[in-house]
Amino acid sequence: MTRIPLAALIGLFFTGLYFGAAVFAGWIAPYGMAEIVGDSWEPASAAHWLGTDSIGRDLLSRMIWGGQTTIFVAAAATMLSFGMGSILGFFAAVKGGWVDQLLSRLVDLMMSIPSLISALVVLSVLPVSLPVLIIVMGVLDSTRVFRLSRAVAVDITVMDYVEAARLRGEKQLWIIFREILPNALSPLVAEMGLRFIFAVLFISTLSFLGLGVQPPLADWGGIVKENKEGIVYGISAALIPAFAIASLAISVNLVADWVLNRTTSLKGGRG
Amino acid sequence: MSSSLLEVRDLKIEATAYPPGEAPRDITIVEGVSFKVEKGKVLGLIGESGAGKSTIGLSSMAYGRGGVRITGGEVFVNGNDILKAGPAGLRALRGHEVTYVAQSAAAAFNPAKKLMEQVIETTLHHGLMTRAEAEERAVSLFARLGLPKPESIGNRYPHQVSGGQLQRVMTAMALCPKPDLVVFDEPTTALDVTTQIEVLAAIKEAIADTGVAALYITHDLAVVAQVADHILVLQGGQMIEYGTIDHIINSPSEPYTQALVSVRSINHHEKSGGAPVLSVRDVTARYRGTKFDVLKNITLDLPEAQTLAIVGESGSGKSTLARVITGLLPPSSGEITFDGRVLPADFEARTRDDLREVQMIYQMADVAMNPRQTVGTIIGRPLEFYFGLRGDAKKQRVQELLDEIEMGEGYIHRYPAELSGGQKQRVCIARALAAKPKVIICDEVTSALDPLVADGILKLLLDLQKRENVAYLFITHDLATVRAIADSIAVMYQGRVVRYGGKTEVLSPPFDDYTDLLLSSVPEMELGWLERTIANRKMAAAGN
Repeated sequence: MTRIPLAALIGLFFTGLYFGAAVFAGWIAPYGMAEIVGDSWEPASAAHWLGTDSIGRDLLSRMIWGGQTTIFVAAAATMLSFGMGSILGFFAAVKGGWVDQLLSRLVDLMMSIPSLISALVVLSVLPVSLPVLIIVMGVLDSTRVFRLSRAVAVDITVMDYVEAARLRGEKQLWIIFREILPNALSPLVAEMGLRFIFAVLFISTLSFLGLGVQPPLADWGGIVKENKEGIVYGISAALIPAFAIASLAISVNLVADWVLNRTTSLKGGRG
Repeated sequence: MSSSLLEVRDLKIEATAYPPGEAPRDITIVEGVSFKVEKGKVLGLIGESGAGKSTIGLSSMAYGRGGVRITGGEVFVNGNDILKAGPAGLRALRGHEVTYVAQSAAAAFNPAKKLMEQVIETTLHHGLMTRAEAEERAVSLFARLGLPKPESIGNRYPHQVSGGQLQRVMTAMALCPKPDLVVFDEPTTALDVTTQIEVLAAIKEAIADTGVAALYITHDLAVVAQVADHILVLQGGQMIEYGTIDHIINSPSEPYTQALVSVRSINHHEKSGGAPVLSVRDVTARYRGTKFDVLKNITLDLPEAQTLAIVGESGSGKSTLARVITGLLPPSSGEITFDGRVLPADFEARTRDDLREVQMIYQMADVAMNPRQTVGTIIGRPLEFYFGLRGDAKKQRVQELLDEIEMGEGYIHRYPAELSGGQKQRVCIARALAAKPKVIICDEVTSALDPLVADGILKLLLDLQKRENVAYLFITHDLATVRAIADSIAVMYQGRVVRYGGKTEVLSPPFDDYTDLLLSSVPEMELGWLERTIANRKMAAAGN
């Protein structure tokens, strides 16, 4: 095992902490998600480490449960967008010609509408449930991934080793998964760290606007919304989710950078 | 201190390596190198890639490229130790007393500025001349270097002149501030032979006329033999041999130098006759969306287990011919036949067996192998794909192939980045052989390699031909390579075959004009070859 740089260790620790809390929310959270345990906006105390929220629920428990929803939705949407975007992007690059034109123009069309607006329109028509949220976010985000992976793959498809594979008679699937994917992985991993955070922000934005995760289910955007009136009275409850999002963003990207460094080496023994 | 213009004493150059996952460590690139250059003399630095020749050349300007540090020794220019000169002293030195000519002129010029601006830039910067004087000097240098329209060529942009002209413009740039020493770093390596000879003659004349001293860095001993007075042979950052040009070429004492001098002395007896395994019939081809035929009515035969060499300079269409044969570029007319049957024009329409029979080896082994696959996967895939070999049977066959390319054990799990240039090309050969093809197309397979390594690859190819009965279509611009391995030769010029036949026939007079030009442009490893050739050409031109 080689030495892990300090920055990556910090990133790993906090990412692990957030993901661990999300997975084991049921065991960790001191109170139930929607359980009213006190007065509204009680200050921090031994019983309630972060105080209580606008209707007297324990804020720490809300944060943990909310983290579970936010991280789960964001992670699922990121996976969907990367699965769909990268495979279609590679396919467009390998095929070229009209397939590439059709897919690329379609993506341009989708990207020309701001994603928040298209999400708002779609979600106001469809019933808002977690699967629908994940699919809408994943599909909208996959356009960005498509462009990145197509751009990366176009440079790879002109390499002699891809030509050699084609002349050998290899099928598209082999070329995409064995020749292109391993060489395109580094930029995709870097992008994935960033995209995951954008997904966290996106779902939080939607929840804040009331079109995301629906009450009584907690999520970080929703917690900001529920407690935003408190800011006027000097109550910091609404800032806690913001801090959580910021620290998660930094730590996830520290980890992504580290993975990137490890995978860019072309010599043996990576991973 | 020292009467020489440039004196290097016991030079030591180090760099820091950063192996992934390990602590950084210092490596020595050059050690114990000492030499002198007198006024008006030319010293040739010769060696393979990695020998430290460019690093030593740049040290005469006290410059270390990419984190390279000069850690020991002394470098005197005009009697001053420039390693102790400090930033201001170096600024005065570089671009005035010592100037530099880079290998790739196309990459060394700013594409957005006119040539004249760039040629006189350093001269003006050092305040050596007024703008009018500098421009006048530049024009006279352009004329002396044989550039067309010397008065107006300075108004062009770099993309508006050819590669050979650009290289000469860069030489003018280096000579403009009237330096004492010019460092030439492989100035003709990227050029075609027919262009190389012109640039070489121009450089040699300019050196003689201006009385400047020069360091001439190259890997081609035959080239340096034409311009240098002394030669320093380097290997792995160490001095191997240092002597006059006559001594090095005619009576080298070190085994390494002897190997360099006698390189490409492979004797290959020409085979003839035999049934063609691959034929190109009246092929004309153009790239999609263009109206220009890159290939015009090409007809060629490749007999079984023989080698057909396609020779020509860049742009002659020889690589396009390979693309047509492999089916990457369907021809607009004509056909390719294999074993008597017509192959579909597009490779996607060919059967797996058709594809297997014609394999390809590329010029740049680096990009011809997937950097994320191990040697075992690279060679094993054709075995699995064409013959359904798996598990131990595949592993055993991969090892057999590795033995055939003389690489032995321990390479199966390596990645391409862990191999040397010659080893990479060997793995590519093994990958082609794994398919058991009847024809292998070799596209400039040795031109990116050092001469000794290239020699090894050619010997291996000849050896494999005898054992495996495979025919080669050998595309190259290098006539020495052709002499070494071809049975028949096709000379291509501007998309046409201008000369085609058995090796001896093609390489013997009477020649057509182009073949004559091509053959007489290949530098020979003897003194005075350049002058003789230029003189012959002038006489021929006067006679016409």
